[in-house]
Amino acid sequence: MKIKLYLVGVSAAFIFASLAKADDGYDAPDGWPSPIVEHNQGTAQFDRLEYSIPENGKDAMVWDFQGWYGSDVNRMYVKSEGENIQGDGEDAEFESLELLYSRLIADFWELQGGVGYQGGVFSDDHEERTYGVVGLQGVMPYEIETDVALQVSDEGDVSASFEGEYDFRLTQRLYVQPRTEIAMAANEVEEFGVGEGLNSVRVGMRLGYEVTRRVAPYVGAYWEKEYGDTADLSREGGESTEDTGVVAGVRLIL
Amino acid sequence: MARSPVVSRPFSRRQILKGGAALGLGSAAAMGMSPAWANPWGRTNVYSKGVEEGPEVALAIRRESIPIDGKEARPFSINGSSPGPLIRLKEGQDAVLRVTNLLDEPTSIHWHGLILPSGMDGVPGVSFAGIEPGETFTYRFPVRQNGTYWYHSHSGLQEQVGHVGPLIVDAAEREPFRYDREHVLLLTDWTFENPASVFRNLKTMEGYYNFQERTMADFFADVRREGFSDTVEMRRMWSKMRMSSRDIADVTGSTYTYLLNGRAPEENWTALFKAGERVRLRVINGSAMSYFDVRIPGLKMTVVAADGQPVQPVPVDEFRIGVAETYDVLVSPEDDQAYTIFAESMDRSGYARATLAPRDGMQAEIPKRRQIADRGMEGMAAGAMVGMKGMDHSGMSRDDMEGMDHSNMSGGDMEGMDHGSGDGMAKEKAKTRENGMLVAGEAQPGSRYGEAGIGIDPDERRMLVYRDLKAFTPWPDRRGPGRELELHLTGNMERYMWSFDGKKFSEVSGPIHFEKDERLRLILINDTMMEHPIHLHGMWMELENGQGELIPRKHTLNVKPGERVSALITADAEGSWAFHCHLLYHMEAGMFRVVQVS
Repeated sequence: MKIKLYLVGVSAAFIFASLAKADDGYDAPDGWPSPIVEHNQGTAQFDRLEYSIPENGKDAMVWDFQGWYGSDVNRMYVKSEGENIQGDGEDAEFESLELLYSRLIADFWELQGGVGYQGGVFSDDHEERTYGVVGLQGVMPYEIETDVALQVSDEGDVSASFEGEYDFRLTQRLYVQPRTEIAMAANEVEEFGVGEGLNSVRVGMRLGYEVTRRVAPYVGAYWEKEYGDTADLSREGGESTEDTGVVAGVRLIL
Repeated sequence: MARSPVVSRPFSRRQILKGGAALGLGSAAAMGMSPAWANPWGRTNVYSKGVEEGPEVALAIRRESIPIDGKEARPFSINGSSPGPLIRLKEGQDAVLRVTNLLDEPTSIHWHGLILPSGMDGVPGVSFAGIEPGETFTYRFPVRQNGTYWYHSHSGLQEQVGHVGPLIVDAAEREPFRYDREHVLLLTDWTFENPASVFRNLKTMEGYYNFQERTMADFFADVRREGFSDTVEMRRMWSKMRMSSRDIADVTGSTYTYLLNGRAPEENWTALFKAGERVRLRVINGSAMSYFDVRIPGLKMTVVAADGQPVQPVPVDEFRIGVAETYDVLVSPEDDQAYTIFAESMDRSGYARATLAPRDGMQAEIPKRRQIADRGMEGMAAGAMVGMKGMDHSGMSRDDMEGMDHSNMSGGDMEGMDHGSGDGMAKEKAKTRENGMLVAGEAQPGSRYGEAGIGIDPDERRMLVYRDLKAFTPWPDRRGPGRELELHLTGNMERYMWSFDGKKFSEVSGPIHFEKDERLRLILINDTMMEHPIHLHGMWMELENGQGELIPRKHTLNVKPGERVSALITADAEGSWAFHCHLLYHMEAGMFRVVQVS
């Protein structure tokens, strides 16, 4: 719990330090306002907020949240992914809860860095760890939304992740969104079921309908497979290493 | 300047009546009618209510409930109506305009297109401090021009909320054309959303208002028309650049109700005429973000003035009016019938409409809207240019460019591409002087003054283009340019950042300097794939559209994607002046500079 409080504290400090006021290069005469005043903006969105029914495992509520506040160039991000496995008697788990400083380094790319937390949301039901993270978020040519990140945990374990998704428009409101997630690690971390090398690949496809730009319910399916040592760890734990599932949820922009 | 608290300023009797009206005591505006100057009978039967005749005018700015399109709305009102009253001045007068702020936020009025002293220009932070709540600011300036203009707030996003109105200066001497009757046609775009939310939507979600993106269905249609490989190739290139070929308007009919004289299309504002009369229509685009294509099916229009300045008559069927531009056209309806005045938004997502009729209650057929066009090569070239300028757009490689030339795009919505190459380069074999600069009045290579722009089929009907505009007589300063000043229009679509030379207003360190009384050439190069209406305050821009000594002068220049446009400027207006893109949210995003003449 202390870790989470610490994250909030750092977040506030960062925001006040780097975003207090957008700069302005124009010297208006005394007592005159600047003709164009820039304001910070912000947004928060659940890219995925879904109920997932896997073939082998247990049902889960899954979220993928991202929010930012700041100027065109400097922003603070809060990102979180996690799930609450239904009926396991345990609390929901943050797979990641990250606080990042982000800087626009090219038209379509932001360099991001900060701290992250993995563990239980309200309790100590789950193993906890904190990590530092450096990432690149943006849009690749061909309009593929991308988020690549490198994490180093408080134990010195190194891992990396890649997420990519693409919106393909069927009509003005109906879209198909293929997405993929790849996880890799340089060290084995048994508590988290992480093996060395390629950990897992997850590929999904969602069909969504934008009721408004901010609310888009969707249905989808995914396939995921674990590899190498990670798969071995799962086998030892009696879990399957490959799974498929269906999801139903909503994309929400707040 | 003359600043006084609101209590000590004696209101005129008319002003008090207006105030009463604004409080809902039965004025036309308060009952949701169009502004009173939008009198169906026009000038010949003018009644004074809602027309503020100069030289002394008092204006009160409020926020009040006035229905728009029959729905509840709270626009800014000026003397109780929104859009505001028609301000009518006369050339040679000394205008005294007292503006009282009855809002709970600062405001301002800028007299768009008027040549006046810098302190009277009405841009907070550039010409004055703005008008604080409860204060009255008195604008005083000599009126030294005539024609059709407009006025609007230059504070924040107030202009989007109806803080606009028409301004006419009657000529001291006879104008070079005659007419029996006149009507003002003020186009605006209204949203029931808070403009700050509109801006936030633009900032945080690309394409938020675009419900005309390319889809599967378009793909199959394109395959049928263009063939599979060309269609795929076009998609590939747009996709690679991470841009949308359907990005014609940032804010569209999905949130806008397009108004003509404050009335929605279904409300059908009507302008009356008697058969056989010659009617002057003073068309003003007072929109925040919307370009319109204006036509009156069944009537030829003769353009006689652009941005308030007389031009040699051009008969046309349709004209595109950029944001903040004005055109005066003459029409001569011979028959005792109704005609539709149809102003279609450039992205085809909506229209404003009125009726020109001999009697009230008539209407004519409303034309069908055209299909949205896809941006062609000029838009892409613009994207590539940004890349080459090292803005990390990772634009297009040489291969892509060649690929584009070779793929034989033809017909329909690709018409922009056919033009791109031929018209631009070949026609403009420009004459240069010894110093390497173009001769005054010559069109820049890379200009496309012969094209009306995106979404126009030039064979369908006669469309006004910039090349048609010829001044009635040469303007007084006949000097060639002493120097050239080049500015790129730049942006980052993804982030909704807009700028000049890659720098937002917040990033530049000082004003653009013009030497007092110098004659210079301003070259505007549009590196983006949007149109930008560029407005210079305080001085005319003489648009070098190839008409030599008869180049027209304008206050707002439309620069098409990838285009290179130039204007001659006589820097005779001392002081600080605003210079910006007149798309309201582009300006708000940073496409703004201060020009200092000293």
